[in-house]
Amino acid sequence: MSVLFIAVPVALLLAGSALAAFFWAARGGQLDDLETPPLRMLLDDDAVPPAAAPPTREPPAP
Amino acid sequence: MLHSDSVPAVAGPVRGLPLPANGELAADPACQHCGLPVPALSFDPGASEQFCCAGCRIVFGMLREHALDGYYAQRTSDEGVPPALATGRDYAEFDDPAFVERYTTLQRGERSAELLLEGVHCAACVWLVEKLPALLPGVTSCRLDYAQRLAYVTWAEGGTGEGLAPSRIAQTLDRLGYPPHPHCDRSRAELERRENRDLLLRLAVAGASAGNSMLFALALYSGAFADMDGRFLGYFRALSVLVALPSVLWSAQIFYRGALAAVRARSPHMDLPLSLGILLGAVSGTLNVLRGQGEIYFDSLTMLIFALLAARYVQRGQQRRAELGAGRAHAFTPHLARRLDPGGSVRVVPAESVTAGARVEVLAGDTFPVDGRIDVGESSVDRSWLTGEAQPDAVGPGSEVLAGTTNLSARVVVVTERGGAETRAARILREVERATLRRAPIALLADRVSGYFLAGVLLLSLLAFLSWLPAGLGTALDTAIALLIATCPCGLALATPLAVSSALGQAARAGLLIKGGACLEALSRPALIVFDKTGTLTQGKLSLAVWEGEESLKAQVKSLEECSAHPIARALAAALAEFPTLPVSEYRQRTGYGVEGTILGQRVSVGAVHAASGPLPEWADSAVQRLSREAKSPVLVALDGEVRAVLGLEDRVRPDAVATLRRLRQLGHRLALLSGDRQAVVDALVSRLGAAADGSALFEHCQGDLSPEDKLAWVEAEHARGLVFMVGDGVNDAGALAAASVGIAVHGGAEASLQAAHVFVTQPGIAPILELIGGARRSLGVIRGSLAFSLVYNLLAAGLALAGKISPLWAAVIMPLSSLTVVAHSYRRHMFRTPAARQEESAP
Repeated sequence: MSVLFIAVPVALLLAGSALAAFFWAARGGQLDDLETPPLRMLLDDDAVPPAAAPPTREPPAP
Repeated sequence: MLHSDSVPAVAGPVRGLPLPANGELAADPACQHCGLPVPALSFDPGASEQFCCAGCRIVFGMLREHALDGYYAQRTSDEGVPPALATGRDYAEFDDPAFVERYTTLQRGERSAELLLEGVHCAACVWLVEKLPALLPGVTSCRLDYAQRLAYVTWAEGGTGEGLAPSRIAQTLDRLGYPPHPHCDRSRAELERRENRDLLLRLAVAGASAGNSMLFALALYSGAFADMDGRFLGYFRALSVLVALPSVLWSAQIFYRGALAAVRARSPHMDLPLSLGILLGAVSGTLNVLRGQGEIYFDSLTMLIFALLAARYVQRGQQRRAELGAGRAHAFTPHLARRLDPGGSVRVVPAESVTAGARVEVLAGDTFPVDGRIDVGESSVDRSWLTGEAQPDAVGPGSEVLAGTTNLSARVVVVTERGGAETRAARILREVERATLRRAPIALLADRVSGYFLAGVLLLSLLAFLSWLPAGLGTALDTAIALLIATCPCGLALATPLAVSSALGQAARAGLLIKGGACLEALSRPALIVFDKTGTLTQGKLSLAVWEGEESLKAQVKSLEECSAHPIARALAAALAEFPTLPVSEYRQRTGYGVEGTILGQRVSVGAVHAASGPLPEWADSAVQRLSREAKSPVLVALDGEVRAVLGLEDRVRPDAVATLRRLRQLGHRLALLSGDRQAVVDALVSRLGAAADGSALFEHCQGDLSPEDKLAWVEAEHARGLVFMVGDGVNDAGALAAASVGIAVHGGAEASLQAAHVFVTQPGIAPILELIGGARRSLGVIRGSLAFSLVYNLLAAGLALAGKISPLWAAVIMPLSSLTVVAHSYRRHMFRTPAARQEESAP
C-alpha cells in the first residue's frame, strides 16, 4: 500500500498539468466563443462540392 | 436606411417554404437565394433561377463565380433565410484616416479590425463569411464569432497605403448580404472578455479541487468503516487540505468580495452566509488536520464552491446574450454624415466629427446627424422618437432640425449648429446614464431570505453550543461548528441563479430580452405601469380613419397621392391601394398645403384645411370641427375648386392595446399615460381606448405636453413611492426607461431606449408585456419553490447537528441532494412560452 505515497502525488501532478493546459487555452482566447466552433466543425470545405448539392436546390446545367 | 427594422435576431420570415423542384417552375416560384416567393415584376421567364430582389441575385452570382455555392447545401433548407440585405453602399468612410486609426490595429504588417455584421443567422453564414480570404485577395484571415455577430478580419498592409483598402472588405461583406459596421464598444467588450475568462479559470480550479477532494473523501469514508491505517489517515487528510486550498483561497474570492460589499453596504446578500460557511469549514478543517483529530468537510466545501461558480457562469452567459441582443441593435444605427465640402462634393464622415458651421446633406429617409437649421430644400420631419409627436412637421429653409429625427420626404442641406456630444439627443443620452446610476438596486428575494437565514443559523449555533456545554467545551464547540457548516446554504444560493438563467433563456426564445435577474422579481409584483403614447400604444404612423363626402373620388385621390412622398400622401395611397391608378397630368405639390393635378379632365386637389380657397360648405366645416375635437388630422378633397370630401387621418391604436391594458388592470396593476404629444391628442386617445373591465377609468393619470426631462422627473418621483414599470420606444422615453424599476422598450424602439431599458421586446405590439409579467410570476414561483426545498434540507441538517449526529458523511449526502433538487426544479419548469405555444394554448 505504501506505493500510494508515490502514486497519489504523481496523479496530482497529472491533474495539475491538465489544469495548466486549461489555463493556457483559456488565456489564449480559445474558450471565449463557445458557440461558433460547434457550427464550424459541421461545415466541410470539400466534402460537399457544388455539384453534389441537393437536387431541390440545384438548377439544371445551363 | 433599411437597417433599423432588420435588427432583432429572431428567426427568418418564412419557415418550411416549399421550394420548386428541379428546373420546373412552380406556379409560385421561390427565390433561389432566400426562398421567398418571387414577385411577378422580378420574374424572368427565360432564366432557370429566379430571385426576389437584386440583392439575392448578386449574392447568388458572386457565390457561383467563386465556386462557393456549396453554401446552399450547407445551410439547413427547412429554415427560411432572410433576403439579402446588401445595401450597395461604397463604404468610403472606412478609408478615412481617422476611421482607420480608430477602428483598426496594426500588428506585424497586418491590419485587423472587428466588424459587427448584420444578417448572420445560421451555420452556413459562418462558413460563407470565413471564406472571405478566397473572395478577396489580400485578406489573410476572417473569423466569425457567431454569438456576437462579430467578424475578426486581418489583411496585409503593403507599404504606404498600397495594401487592401478597408472599404473593399466592407463592400465585399456587404455584397454577400452582411452589411458591416465598426465595433464601437471595443474597450467594454475587452473588459467583459477578461472577466469571463477570469470566472472560467476560477471555475476550472474549483472543479479540479472538488474532484480530487471527492477522491480522498471517498477513501476516508470507506477507511472509516474498514479501520484505516493511521499513517494513511493522516496522509489523506493532509492531501485533502492541499487540494482544497486553491479553491477556498482563490476560486471562492468572488464570494468573499460580495460578502465584504454587503457588509459595507449594510444590506443582506447571499454571499454573506456562504462566505461564513466556507471560511469556517476551511479553518476548522485545517486546524483539525493539524491536530490530527476531529471532522473535516473539504469534499462538501469544494463541491459547494464549484456548483455555485458553475451556476454563476451559466447565469452570466444568459444575461450577456440578452445584452448583446439589445446592444447589437444600437451598433447598427449608422453614425455617419454626408458633409458638403466648399467645392460642393460630398464626403461621408463619422457624425461625431461634424462641427458647428459645417454644411451637411441629408437624404430622404435618413436620420439627421446634427442639430442645425435647414439651408436649402423643403421636406417633412418625423420627430416622434424625440418628442412623442405623431404628426410629421413640414420644414423649409430656416427651420430647426434635431439630430436623431428622420427626414421623410426630400433631400435637404443643413447648416450645423451643434454636433457630436452637444446635440439634444446626446444630452438626453447623458441624462439616461445619470438616471441609471441614481437608481437604487432592487433587493432580491433570495438576499432578503439570506438575511433571516444567517440570523437563524447563528442563533441555532449559539443554542447548540449552550445545550452541549454540559458535555464539555470541546464537544459543544464541535457541534456548533458542525451546525454552521452543515447548514451552509448551498441549495439556497443555487436557487436564484439557476432559476433566473433558465428563465432568461426561455424568455429570449419567447422574444423577450431581459438584461438581468433583478427585473424578474420586480415584474412579478403589482406596480404602476407607465405607457408612452406614440409608437407604444399607437402604431406611430398615420392611417386613414374617416372618409366623409363623395366616395367615388377614392381612385382620384389615390392616383394623385401616389405622386408624392409626403407621409400623409403615402398613408392615403396605402389605405386606398385597392383602387385603380388613373393618369395624372399637370401635377403640382405645395409644401405645407397639399397636392393637385388634372385627372380625367378635372382639377383634383387634396390638401390641408388652410389651403382651401374661400369658406367651407357647412357640412364640411362641421366635419372638420368634429375631427379636430377627436384629434384627427383633417384633409380636404376638392374637385375643380369645390370641396367634395373631408378625410380624417389618425395614428391608429395598436390592435392589441385595449385587451392588454384591460388584462393588466385585472392583474392588479395601475396604469398611467405620459406623452410628448398635445394634451388634446392624449385625451382623444384615452376616450378611444375606453374603460377598464370593471367600468373604471383605464388610466389613473394621463398627461400630454411633456418633455423628456418631465417624463424622467415624473417617473423618478413615482419610483420613490413604489414600483414603476415604464413602457416606451423613443429617445424621449429613454430617461424614464432608465429611471423606472423596470424599463421595457417595445419593438422598433430607438437605440437610446434599447440602451436604457432593462427588457427589450423583439415582437411587435404590447401584448408580449402580458407574457413578460406572467412569465416573471411563474419564474418567481420556481425560485420560491427552490428556496423552500433547500430550507427543508437545511432544517434537516440543523436538526441532525443539534442532536450531535452530524458527520462529514451526512453533510456530503445532504448538500448534493439539496442542490440536485434545486437544479431539477429550475430546469424542468416552463416559465415563458414562445408566441407559437401561446397561440396553441389560446386556440384549444
